[in-house]
Amino acid sequence: MRVVIAEDLALLRDGLIRILEAHDFEVVEAVDNGPSLLRALVKHKPEVAVVDVRLPPSFTDEGLRAAIEARQQVPGLPVLVLSQYVEQLYARELLSDNAGGVGYLLKDRVSNVAQFIDAVNRVASGGTAMDPDVISQLLSSHSRDEPLRGLTPREQEVLSLMAEGRTNAAIAGRLFITEKAVSKHTNNIFAKLGLPPSEDDNRRVLAVLAYLKA
Amino acid sequence: MSAAKTRPPGRFALLGWAFLFIFVAAQSLVLFTVQVYMTALLWIGLFVPIFIGVTSVVRRFTNWHRRWAGKLLGAPIPEPYLVDAAPTRLARLRGRLKDPATWRDLLWLFVNGTLGLTIFCLVVTFFIGVLWYLAFPLVWGVSPKGVFKEQYGLFTIDTQFEAFYTVPIGILLAFVWWKLAPALMRAYARVTRSLLAPTERSLLKQRVTQLAESRAETVDTQAAELRRIERDLHDGAQARLVALGMSLGLADDVVDRDPAAAKELLAEARTATTLALSELRDLVRGIHPPILADRGLDGAVRALALASPLPSDVEIDIPGRLPAPVESAAYFVVAESITNVIKHAQATKLWIRLEYQPGRLSMLVGDDGHGGADAGGGTGLRGIERRLAAFDGTLVVNSPVGGPTVLVMELPCELSSPKISPSSETG
Repeated sequence: MRVVIAEDLALLRDGLIRILEAHDFEVVEAVDNGPSLLRALVKHKPEVAVVDVRLPPSFTDEGLRAAIEARQQVPGLPVLVLSQYVEQLYARELLSDNAGGVGYLLKDRVSNVAQFIDAVNRVASGGTAMDPDVISQLLSSHSRDEPLRGLTPREQEVLSLMAEGRTNAAIAGRLFITEKAVSKHTNNIFAKLGLPPSEDDNRRVLAVLAYLKA
Repeated sequence: MSAAKTRPPGRFALLGWAFLFIFVAAQSLVLFTVQVYMTALLWIGLFVPIFIGVTSVVRRFTNWHRRWAGKLLGAPIPEPYLVDAAPTRLARLRGRLKDPATWRDLLWLFVNGTLGLTIFCLVVTFFIGVLWYLAFPLVWGVSPKGVFKEQYGLFTIDTQFEAFYTVPIGILLAFVWWKLAPALMRAYARVTRSLLAPTERSLLKQRVTQLAESRAETVDTQAAELRRIERDLHDGAQARLVALGMSLGLADDVVDRDPAAAKELLAEARTATTLALSELRDLVRGIHPPILADRGLDGAVRALALASPLPSDVEIDIPGRLPAPVESAAYFVVAESITNVIKHAQATKLWIRLEYQPGRLSMLVGDDGHGGADAGGGTGLRGIERRLAAFDGTLVVNSPVGGPTVLVMELPCELSSPKISPSSETG
């Protein structure tokens, strides 16, 4: 799978290249600043991009802006954004086009290689990968909403995992319950939140995220 | 000067004041004499507290006049006194003696008792004269013949008709009084202001005292902050890194003999890095939130509002970036205000307004909670005040019991650069 990497710290960039190449990704270009990232994304149209939020020259949210800009030029371009810290506002901006194929993870999640690779694959296939920290921020800013308080603790766990972008099978594995139980929970959640039911995993996740960022 | 708020007193009110001030001016002569004597007798220890007492009375007396003159002139006259919170009586005495305002007060007492008294008498007697001339025909009519034969040597009056000659003079004098009385009272108020308002020197001294206080507070706060950071690093990230090193060392030791144990140690090491990173993140957020660096105050405050569990209405109008220290202070006071609302107010919604006007940033955080917040009470509000004080900023709390609570914070500052809109120009 063809991937573009943007990371300004050489050490981390090499690490990412190593991890991705070890898992059969082809790193077509690895850049270290915002403008070259935008150019690389538009030129290569990679199957997925792994992007650090903070990049030169401004050392602010250059990477995020380049990614959003690139997605405007190449709709649906899958981008996984990595950051030293997660910010709800950035998650909202990434999700704002409701097109899917976005991920937003803390950099330390890379240390769990299997999960990181899983996230990259999910994003590449049009799904989402949201950091648990983002989801807990989104949930806590809705902590006083009536419909969310109506969920059982188990349903809330399922909701969090679903919002992170995990499939029913993955959720089932995480919570040690059957996939059937998970789909029962998700149906309940959708009913309680007043969302239209959907069988498509990606669309379901986007519906939940849209609800949470409202 | 807004006419609606405080209208200066009218002529007849001024006349009333002038009448009252005749007696007050007499009192100020008494106070003048007393203070002069007390000063002269200061070498007798007994008179030290009496002197302090007398000057305190004089200060009240002059403050009352400051308020009066300020109202008449349309601009309040601030108190000129230096802070005297000295612990001992002698130190207070020294403070009072060294404070030039004490002696300017004394001078004013004298001027008030002489020049002031003259002005008041003039305003009042002139008015009485006007009344006399206007009422003269009536007085002449009811008096026995021959009592008021001459009108102050100007002319003789023999008939009732002739008595009416005084009326035009009365009208003329009334006109003069009409013009003169307010002018005289204003002139008096100006003299009062020139003597009782703080001099440039005393303003500077007050400012120095205030700056020294806020600097001391800022230094204290920063020292405490540094200590907290040091402790957090020491007990947090540093300790985790030590543990990480140990796990890796152990894993290195056993990797050949017992790969399973090595794997477990490596997993432990990974957990340690995750924890260390999350602690560092929290620490960084407390020092300088990354989003503030990325997006400036505007974005950072919006992010705060998003993160709050209360629905919040945000309006921000800042046409550029503010200097970094101001942004940071503004961010933390808004964050602290929001935290206060969430913790204490039992509010259902909150609103945030940030607005830059030339020379200052105004921040308003309001909630519809139960109110009753007190700037002196909460440590949160104290903290906000301290942070603002470092920049000469101010906090005004308006929180009636029953709500709503509105905090208005102001920071003097200048814009550092015009706003650069997010990379959209490149598209």
